[in-house]
Amino acid sequence: MSNLTNTEVSDGTDNHSEFKQKLKNGFNKFIAFFQGNPPGIIGGILITMILLGALFAPVLSSHDPEKRVARPHVAPNAEHVLGTTRSGRDVYSQVLQGARKTLSVALFAGIIATTIAVAVGVTSGYFGGKIDEWMNFITNVFLVFPQLPLLIVLAAFLGQVGSMVITILLGVTSWPWGARVIRSQTMAIRSKEFIIAAEVMGESKVRIILVEILPNLISIVFGGFLGTVIYAMGAEAGLGILGLGDATEVSWGSMLYWAQTSSSLYTGAWWEMIVPATALALTGGALALLNMSIDQVSNPKLKTGPHMKLWKKLKHDADKRRGLV
Amino acid sequence: MSKALLEIKNLCVDYVSPNGIARAVNNVSLEIAPGETLGIAGESGCGKSTLAFAIARLHKSPALISEGKVLYEGRDVLTMSEKELRAFRWNDVSVVFQSAMNSLNPVITIGEQLTDVIVAHKRITYKEATLKAVELLAIVGLHGDRLGSFPHQLSGGMRQRVVIAIALALEPKLIIMDEPTTALDVVVEREILNELYDLKEKFGFSILFISHDLSLMGEIADRIGVMYAGNLIEIGDAKTVFSNPSHPYTKGLIASFPTIHGPKVRLYGIPGDPVNLLRLPKGCNFSTRCTECVDICKTDEPALIDLHLDYQAACHQIVRNK
Repeated sequence: MSNLTNTEVSDGTDNHSEFKQKLKNGFNKFIAFFQGNPPGIIGGILITMILLGALFAPVLSSHDPEKRVARPHVAPNAEHVLGTTRSGRDVYSQVLQGARKTLSVALFAGIIATTIAVAVGVTSGYFGGKIDEWMNFITNVFLVFPQLPLLIVLAAFLGQVGSMVITILLGVTSWPWGARVIRSQTMAIRSKEFIIAAEVMGESKVRIILVEILPNLISIVFGGFLGTVIYAMGAEAGLGILGLGDATEVSWGSMLYWAQTSSSLYTGAWWEMIVPATALALTGGALALLNMSIDQVSNPKLKTGPHMKLWKKLKHDADKRRGLV
Repeated sequence: MSKALLEIKNLCVDYVSPNGIARAVNNVSLEIAPGETLGIAGESGCGKSTLAFAIARLHKSPALISEGKVLYEGRDVLTMSEKELRAFRWNDVSVVFQSAMNSLNPVITIGEQLTDVIVAHKRITYKEATLKAVELLAIVGLHGDRLGSFPHQLSGGMRQRVVIAIALALEPKLIIMDEPTTALDVVVEREILNELYDLKEKFGFSILFISHDLSLMGEIADRIGVMYAGNLIEIGDAKTVFSNPSHPYTKGLIASFPTIHGPKVRLYGIPGDPVNLLRLPKGCNFSTRCTECVDICKTDEPALIDLHLDYQAACHQIVRNK
């Protein structure tokens, strides 16, 4: 009996330590991604801060972003950290609140576009033939679709379009580039021996696509996703500035719109303009940096790390000995 | 021996990995005379290809040539500038890569690939280069009409010939062949090697022939070097290495393949696996797998010892038997 309990106990600890080991490995991998990868570190930190800010906007903001809380164009002070707008709203609270709207539009547009791009790209690349012909045709049609003019026309027809409409429109119109890249990559992978081997082994088409092909495309898909997010963010803000978005919603675009209509720069209220603009630039920059660092994960040959520093040092020493430096 | 064409002195090549530094080529010294064929044999991962790459300085990070010299006609390849290196490669030394068939670009005709290398290195018009390309194809036994073909239109053996033709294009004095015939069947292999032999007679270049196929090497090479875990453990004339090897590892290699003639005998390979380069044993690298291992093998690293003229081996047993 005591034996039994003993083994049970040891089993328990084994499982536990195994889990711990897994956790540790996962953590190490996470650390390894950032090690010797400055774009990854900077981009990661920035985007984490921005996302946290957006997530906890109601807690972090000092005032109601949609209420008049002070006199117009108060310069940044202790009460209003980033000043107030022409209509007397707190810029700091607005920028936090605006992040939610802008980022959700951008993220969801990115998700929609990437999903369509992957579905269309992989299907047409893998199946080829008639399916490819038709899919390619549709892709090309969407490719020549003028996106922004379409949005502008729609906005003009509908009066002002809400963020929901903008999200869907951006998502549905910005997938063709991604789809083409994914299609061509799928076609390249498709003719590799391991796919032929999988077919011979009798794997189902779904499994070949999901397990054999898709993991090889992760970097492209993710890079395309981040690119689309950056683009959608810019497009949302652009529409907002033009006054084609819903100006009653608080987003970075509408903030810029109000800053422009109140000619805040002329009146010296630079904060109203600079703050949302900086927020946009920082977010875009952070995403671009993350995008850069993804290369290293996707291509093991590009992987840098502490050992590459050692290599550089040793190489320098060796060159010195040979009198090359 | 006459003055060496290529002289490698104490060459060390390291791979800097996240888990530590692996020394893939350790203190290797050898010479290749003009017109000589030197074979380098050894199992996978023993540093043969790394050595070949180091000679043409083809290494990319994380590989690092940490020590030693590669003297080509007295000039150190490792200290050459980019420009000198560019002229040196292919003019003086050309390389036939492992799985050479894949070193042809699938979307360019072989004619273009052949003329490319000629035009890049010589002051010559495109037309003359094309004539030269036809000539080269004829040398390796292909018809000039093939110039317009794409690599996928040729068989494996033909592609291999094309690659060899490209290697010959500038009439280099040394050709490094890194397992050039591994992907080919024995019949084609034989044809190509025969041709290579004739070409060698005709042009008088040297060959550094890298392979794990010892029997093949016994035929083509004048001298054979055997590598194990980055070390050159035995080097000497092909006949002696083949028929009367000194190092236990070479004996094991020779005993690992059957003879075609004679009675059937049970083959004995070499027990164990190749050592991990990150965790080399103390003393002789081969000590963990060696059947003749004694105490000193586990403490001291053996050095290459001259056995007779131009024949060296690195083993403690040899010293004791002497």
